[in-house]
Amino acid sequence: MYTFSNRLKIASIVLMIVGALGIIGGFVMAPGTIAEAKAMVASHDEGHGDAHETEAAHAPKENDHAVADTHGEEHDSSHDQHLLDQLKNRPWAALYVAAFFFMMISLGVLAFYAIQRAAQAGWSPLLFRVMEGITSYLVPGGIIVFVILLLSVLHMNHLFIWMDADVVAHDALLQGKSGYLNPTFFLIRAAIFLAGWIGYREYSRKLSLAQDESDDNSNFKLNFRISAGFLVFYLISESIMSWDWIMSVEPHWFSTLFGWYIFASMFVSGITVIAMVTIYLKSKGYLPDVNNSHIHDLAKFMFGISIFWTYLWFSQFMLIWYSNIPEEVTYYITRIADYRLPFFGMVAMNFLFPVLLLMNSDYKRINWFVILTGIVILAGHYMDIFNAIMPSTVGKNWYIGIPEIGSVLFFAGLFIFWIFRALSTAPLQPKRNPFIEESRHFHY
Amino acid sequence: MASKVIHAFYDDDDVLMLAVKKVKAAKHHIDEVYCPFPVHGLDKAMGLAPTRIAITSFMYGCVGLAVSILMMNYIMIEDWPQDIGGKPSFSYIENMPAFVPIMFELTVFFAAHLMVITFYLRSRLWPFKEAENPDVRTTDDHFLMEIEIHDNEQELKDLLMETGAVEINVSEKNSH
Repeated sequence: MYTFSNRLKIASIVLMIVGALGIIGGFVMAPGTIAEAKAMVASHDEGHGDAHETEAAHAPKENDHAVADTHGEEHDSSHDQHLLDQLKNRPWAALYVAAFFFMMISLGVLAFYAIQRAAQAGWSPLLFRVMEGITSYLVPGGIIVFVILLLSVLHMNHLFIWMDADVVAHDALLQGKSGYLNPTFFLIRAAIFLAGWIGYREYSRKLSLAQDESDDNSNFKLNFRISAGFLVFYLISESIMSWDWIMSVEPHWFSTLFGWYIFASMFVSGITVIAMVTIYLKSKGYLPDVNNSHIHDLAKFMFGISIFWTYLWFSQFMLIWYSNIPEEVTYYITRIADYRLPFFGMVAMNFLFPVLLLMNSDYKRINWFVILTGIVILAGHYMDIFNAIMPSTVGKNWYIGIPEIGSVLFFAGLFIFWIFRALSTAPLQPKRNPFIEESRHFHY
Repeated sequence: MASKVIHAFYDDDDVLMLAVKKVKAAKHHIDEVYCPFPVHGLDKAMGLAPTRIAITSFMYGCVGLAVSILMMNYIMIEDWPQDIGGKPSFSYIENMPAFVPIMFELTVFFAAHLMVITFYLRSRLWPFKEAENPDVRTTDDHFLMEIEIHDNEQELKDLLMETGAVEINVSEKNSH
């Protein structure tokens, strides 16, 4: 039985408090009027002007501005309003990216767990309680994301411009999509998806615990069946979720493999967190039967799914880059012009780094190597979601500052607090899983 | 140089694994084990050095990547630049995304083919080569352990009999 150590508990609470201060600071610092917004951008440019001019990435930005300046007075004021909206969006977008990122980790683990169940995998039952602990965060994490979406529908922020009736009234494309992309249906879909994910998680966890006390395998078999069914639901709902919650911040743009792309991101982040939590628990003397072959297998998944993510990232990028169709290519033009460092930095973090570090078979068994790579992978996939949300919500006014770091710290604290509290509620090793012996003797 | 070797036959892979462990525990050197199918963990039990083929594979992959970069640079940029889809091929780096699939494929192609060829050469396998296994039954349902004899024939025979060998032969062998 794992006990949630006081040090970790205090650390997670400190993270939450510091993070909450950062989030509040972000909202307080957001400008209220156009004049404030202009003053903020002006002082920002003064302060960082020198550093920015040296970056090639900002060359096209200056040109854009010059073009914008030639527009008439009327256009200028709408430009200012746009700037104000973007700066107001920033704390919201920072909150949303972090909330989604940690929710996505537990959802990725849930998919991995369901695959292990449906495949009746023999190597992984020793890790089931770790996975169940991580998926427990889906309840608070999913509800927080839902609340943010609800606040967006209530016009508390402008993350999703298609929710603005004025915008839709002047936009033929959005009118055409409004049968699907309207606030009511959007919330209904979100509620159905979350109910399905959380429902499966809670039911499967219950069966998993009941299997320990039972004297036959009926709970195990039922868990197998519902997991297979859940995977069908998950694949459809995850895809639609990625269109709704991420792709629709840029409602004119679409990509047909976006669901897979987000799936790869959440899958690799989830597996990374499983490996990190397992290594942490092992370092504290728990999970005595988990050997380095289990870590090796998790690291192989981290390696493989990182390449899978890159494959999807590149497939999406290359087709759009090559065809160069204006309505598609804007997505990458804004990212390469305004987000060059996070955009290409993310590819290095999510592809080059894990490929080079985890390629050697022996390195996949070295705990600190796995942890180090895991930290980079998690940071890289946070940047992935950042790059998906920010360009459409705050435009070129992005920065990794107090709102962004505060949000990450807050949700990291909540995540750690919640999953380790869940881990302490049940024995870390399943007793009566029919494959537990195979898992204990697993060796590569 | 001819030497005397002892051939012990087994008819089960689990018995063979235990036998290999016992023989190693008795500090005898096992020259070779012939199996009809790969036995998981046998290499570790025999004390064979880990394979280095992964390192060669990495190097071949790097060669493939380099070849693809040089090849595409010559074909598409230097030798015959074209304007494809409004993207004139004047610089390698600007057209690089279009070459990534080729870079990937040639990396895999070089790594895979050269690794297989390396494996064949290292295992001394080539077309029309005469089989090395000393008994045809090792391609059917028997496992064969080969140990060189250094004036300890009887001791080895007793040991191998004890490990569950179904048949033990002594023969001359020409080492390669």
